[in-house]
Amino acid sequence: MPEVRTAPLVVEFPFTRSLGPVQSAFLTGLRERTVLGVRGSDGRVVVPPAEYDPVTAEEIRELVQVGASGTVTTWAWNPAPRRGQPLATPFAWVLVRLDGADTALLHALDAPGPDAVHTGMRVRIRWAAERTGAITDIACFEPERSEPEQSAGNGRQPIPHDGEFADPVTGITTPARLDYTYSPGRAQSRYIDALADRKTIGERCPSCRKVYVPPRGACPTCGVATDAQVEVGPRGTVTTFCIVNIKARHTANLDIEVPYVYAHIALDGADLALHARIGGIPYDQVRMGLRVEPVWTDDGRFPDHYRPTGEPDADYDSYKELI
Amino acid sequence: MNKAATAKECVAVVGIGQTKHVAARHDVSIAGLVREAARRALDDAQLTWADIDAVVIGKAPDFFEGVMMPELYLADALGAVGKPMLRVHTAGSVGGSTALVATNLVAARVHRTVLTLAFEKQSESNAMWGLSLPIPFQQPLLAGAGGFFAPHVRAYMRRTGAPDTVGSLVAYKDRRNALKNPYAHLHEKDITLEKVQASPMLWDPIRYSETCPSSDGACAMILTDRAGAARSPHPPAWVHGGAMRSEPTLFAGKDFVSPQAGKDCAADVYRQAGITDPRRQIDAVEMYVPFSWYEPMWLENLGFADEGEGWKLTEAGVTELDGDLPVNPSGGVLSTNPIGASGMIRFAEAALQVRGRAGDHQIDGARRALGHAYGGGAQFFSMWLVGADSPAA
Repeated sequence: MPEVRTAPLVVEFPFTRSLGPVQSAFLTGLRERTVLGVRGSDGRVVVPPAEYDPVTAEEIRELVQVGASGTVTTWAWNPAPRRGQPLATPFAWVLVRLDGADTALLHALDAPGPDAVHTGMRVRIRWAAERTGAITDIACFEPERSEPEQSAGNGRQPIPHDGEFADPVTGITTPARLDYTYSPGRAQSRYIDALADRKTIGERCPSCRKVYVPPRGACPTCGVATDAQVEVGPRGTVTTFCIVNIKARHTANLDIEVPYVYAHIALDGADLALHARIGGIPYDQVRMGLRVEPVWTDDGRFPDHYRPTGEPDADYDSYKELI
Repeated sequence: MNKAATAKECVAVVGIGQTKHVAARHDVSIAGLVREAARRALDDAQLTWADIDAVVIGKAPDFFEGVMMPELYLADALGAVGKPMLRVHTAGSVGGSTALVATNLVAARVHRTVLTLAFEKQSESNAMWGLSLPIPFQQPLLAGAGGFFAPHVRAYMRRTGAPDTVGSLVAYKDRRNALKNPYAHLHEKDITLEKVQASPMLWDPIRYSETCPSSDGACAMILTDRAGAARSPHPPAWVHGGAMRSEPTLFAGKDFVSPQAGKDCAADVYRQAGITDPRRQIDAVEMYVPFSWYEPMWLENLGFADEGEGWKLTEAGVTELDGDLPVNPSGGVLSTNPIGASGMIRFAEAALQVRGRAGDHQIDGARRALGHAYGGGAQFFSMWLVGADSPAA
């Protein structure tokens, strides 16, 4: 049994959000230490505000300001905060019904331990020092130790608000990151191991006899395991290709200079083409049927590229079924 | 027709709504975007949220906007609270597959009136990034969708001997058609064939102007049964056939130029609709052409031309707005591409044609139209054939 390889795979992107009128007012309000909700058709105040009525589906735009203090409706202790969570020390996830609201808002509560948290406890917003118009403008909630302030919006009744602020926030960036442990599985691990010896190993389907490169452990047509290894290549034929003239952004191929030829190469003995770059020939002289061989570099896991062998071009009929 | 087939309810399209497709809708949230299309479809059908029994929604993979399962958060915006809501996933073909899932719910009499909707807000992300993730142990060669499809275009050119100008003819036609469609994203008023042919080569043989744009947009349809169609204020489009087919991305013997799954899907739709000569019996086609050369390729795959002959129809002007087989009168994916919605836009535009409600890009007298979508590595296909006449008639 070969070693199954694993490697970290990080998927990360700074997604952007266009907020629309309601979320724009809500997040801009947080920047100004004002919490807005919206009144639904049944009179209930929804916080955070929704754009459309959860009961009737009608558009709702009647914004109201609610309090900065509220009551915990339920909670869960988080003993081991992860990267990017609101607090670095253990805290409670809480649902807080702010004074004047009929629904609860999810956030973090800074508390010394689970014994200090209970449903029904009074809490208040701890505002972030630097506020930009984001949910993180609420740094967290904290237990309310004194009587609630009676200033505007902090009473029990919501007060009407036009949602208008100077310099409103209309869009935000929401970076997302997923950390995976990726495994290519046994078949591809064998293929990768063989590449270390500069050999290309495919696998033959016991049913249709086709040789798959790279192998995937099963034949997608017959649905059976491919367990017989077959060495293919090293030479092959360019079945088709394109000339890439634009640099890809956000991808790992940033260091490849353009133009370059991205080709499908049917290695001798393989029944479908793999994809690789062609070098050692001007890009505008690459053609279908060109015979090529791999070029290795000392540190490369894969052939760096394929170059012409100097053999005569393959006859179209010899590879047309492999395109 | 066998007994099982006749037992199906007839399905009609009675409402269609689209947003004006643009590069970036910074003024609305995703909820606001889908709402706009759904509202217009309801208005077209003169129905209210209460008339909708279920919602079927589709979009491209979640990575494209980075919202995991956005359908959950869109239930309010689409009036789905207290109703069944389904999400369909089939990559670029998803708009078509979504409409077909909705169709089947009505045909099977599970629901009487269904709202179906597809969307993409490409401005919130980058599809090229989403399609080129740095998978460990794989050589980082991917160059986005264009780099994936360009070699297959070259293979088509080699196989058929098509002159290299054919792709530019398609792009020039579709971009001119888009000028007649107020919802199309690209409105290139001063487009010329010379400009298309002089545009930069991105993934040779695909030029910049032969490539689809990146759009924000949504498309919605209201599907209903015969009783619902009888109440429709405007002529309905009737679904005469619909099918989906799939195959692996890569397998030994896969024909990327003319995938078997596409041929099988079209054959199934034609059989259901009683089409024996698609070229003569179908009046307009909305096919999924994200890169110009896919028009001649799909003309063959869908049976409008013999193998190797598709480009001749394009070159002869048959697929022009005034040709005898107009293809993509709306301007197509080449002019508008909110990825997840693009398939549904094809289906909806086919329906608009047979309803006689396509406006300036209406094909006179269109009675039967085909809507087509494909996705993934040319591996998911969905199509429907709609007609002006009820299939029961």
